[in-house]
Amino acid sequence: MFQPELETMSRGALEQLQLARLRTQLARVYVNVPLYRRKFDEAGFRPEQLETLDDLRKVPFTVKDDLRSAYPFGMFAVPLRDIVRVHSSSGTTGQISVVGYTKGDVERWSDLMARTLACAGATADDVVQVAYGYGLFTGGLGAHYGAERLGAMTIPVSGGNTARQVQILKDFGVTVLACTPSYALLIAETAASMGIDVRDLPVKIGVFGAEPWSEAMREQIEETMGLRAIDIYGLSEVMGPGVAAECVHRNGLHVFEDHFIIEIVDPVTFEPVPDGERGEVVFTTLTKEGIPVIRYRTRDISRIVTGECECGRTFRRMERVTGRTDDMLIIRGVNVYPMQIEQVLMGIPGVAPHYQVVLTKRGSMDDVEVQVEVSPDVAFDEIRELESLQRRVAGEIAGKLAVNVKVKLVEPRAIQRSEGKAKRVVDLRNEGV
Amino acid sequence: MSIEQLSVFLQNEPGRLARMCRALGEAGLNMHALVVADTSEYGVARIICDRPHSAKVVLEREGFAGSVTRVLAVEVPDSPGGLADVLEALDAAGINVEYLYCFLRADTESAVDILRVEDIERAVEVLKSSGFSLVHASQVYAPDAV
Repeated sequence: MFQPELETMSRGALEQLQLARLRTQLARVYVNVPLYRRKFDEAGFRPEQLETLDDLRKVPFTVKDDLRSAYPFGMFAVPLRDIVRVHSSSGTTGQISVVGYTKGDVERWSDLMARTLACAGATADDVVQVAYGYGLFTGGLGAHYGAERLGAMTIPVSGGNTARQVQILKDFGVTVLACTPSYALLIAETAASMGIDVRDLPVKIGVFGAEPWSEAMREQIEETMGLRAIDIYGLSEVMGPGVAAECVHRNGLHVFEDHFIIEIVDPVTFEPVPDGERGEVVFTTLTKEGIPVIRYRTRDISRIVTGECECGRTFRRMERVTGRTDDMLIIRGVNVYPMQIEQVLMGIPGVAPHYQVVLTKRGSMDDVEVQVEVSPDVAFDEIRELESLQRRVAGEIAGKLAVNVKVKLVEPRAIQRSEGKAKRVVDLRNEGV
Repeated sequence: MSIEQLSVFLQNEPGRLARMCRALGEAGLNMHALVVADTSEYGVARIICDRPHSAKVVLEREGFAGSVTRVLAVEVPDSPGGLADVLEALDAAGINVEYLYCFLRADTESAVDILRVEDIERAVEVLKSSGFSLVHASQVYAPDAV
């Protein structure tokens, strides 16, 4: 454990700490960020009204659009001269949003990422290959600072140049690989094509995050790479990676509650849901100085995992994120998450875990084509076997998702590999295709 | 007694078959027979070629999915009714043929029929007892070095 005195504090002490920090945070944003002052005023809420942690429910939510419309620095809570670093969201869904960090923020972030790596089982003796992208994306530098803070030997490869990643993984005796799960699969594939079996290498821990991935994909990665795959969670708006992390017991991700308050709310009514029920994850930062967020709606879907964890950490856990409210596809009126399609595919031998969903419009109807790669391990000599594979995929998707799709089998590696976040959905419905 | 055939999954895309053939050519692997079974979306190329296992690896490196399957190779006289005799013998024994194709061997002036059946062992027995001769792998292609 990197900070045992904090990570195992009693719930009572933790809640006192949270309350004190929350009071300060709300007072600061009210004074320093016009958007929060306006929102609080509109809701008739004044920071001094906060008496218990439950009072946080009286505070209005913050959403992605608030950050976007404040582009670039409108929500910073400190003068720009106190900012030492900026990052931004990937901007795949529109205007990017910019986040700023003070010196203290970078310090705390480093501690939290060191915690994250220690949570995954890494120590100062490890060799950490950081294959998250460096740059405006928080993944690379976040993991980098954490690995250095932990005292591990840190290799800042960044994303891309996969053959070189494999070479370094092998030649440098890397023991911890940090990247997106889809990139881990690409690294394994590339290694195989270079005649290298990753299972024979010293790498033993994978610290994977930045995109939702299924339990089945975890098994696949562990099997092909011979490592223990750990899920980590974070988002740039809240800080970056290091908001929550799995420990070696892998029963949910410990939320670093001394720095963040987690709430789960109903995605429609926005009322809090009881522990254990799924809903949208909402975070409030307690210690961020540069750009604090108050009740930020992440659009990630998760739930609180109840009960204590064997590792001794007292922080509550959130279930692995299984989807995002904005990844949700509405296909002929049915809500579908790409993750659900992935789960179906993972259960079918003969198809590789790489897939892409292509949405088009035929007349007024949505047309869905799921492209899946034929696994090189399957004997597909007979057409009827391929046809029955196609029917099985379509049948299971229809059964589980209640949507009829067309399944197209494609050659191995025909689906473009990603060096960062995998692009699972190609939506051409508004492009007249 | 059976021989090995390389099956390759091909997307219906211009140039895929050419790329596959070029890859085998560049690796110095000669093809002795090739048929393509196709659907509207994809095809399966079935190939009798030198060193089928090596060929599979070569193609996989090029992004193709290949699998090596066992098929029967029966020598049939190149005369009317030759194939019918073979099929009738199998039919009489209740053995279903999934697919077949033929090619001529230049050296013997006889035809070789490649047959894919479910129960290879039994088909071999039936054909042998009916007096047909089965072709050894080394008679049609260079097998992989063991």
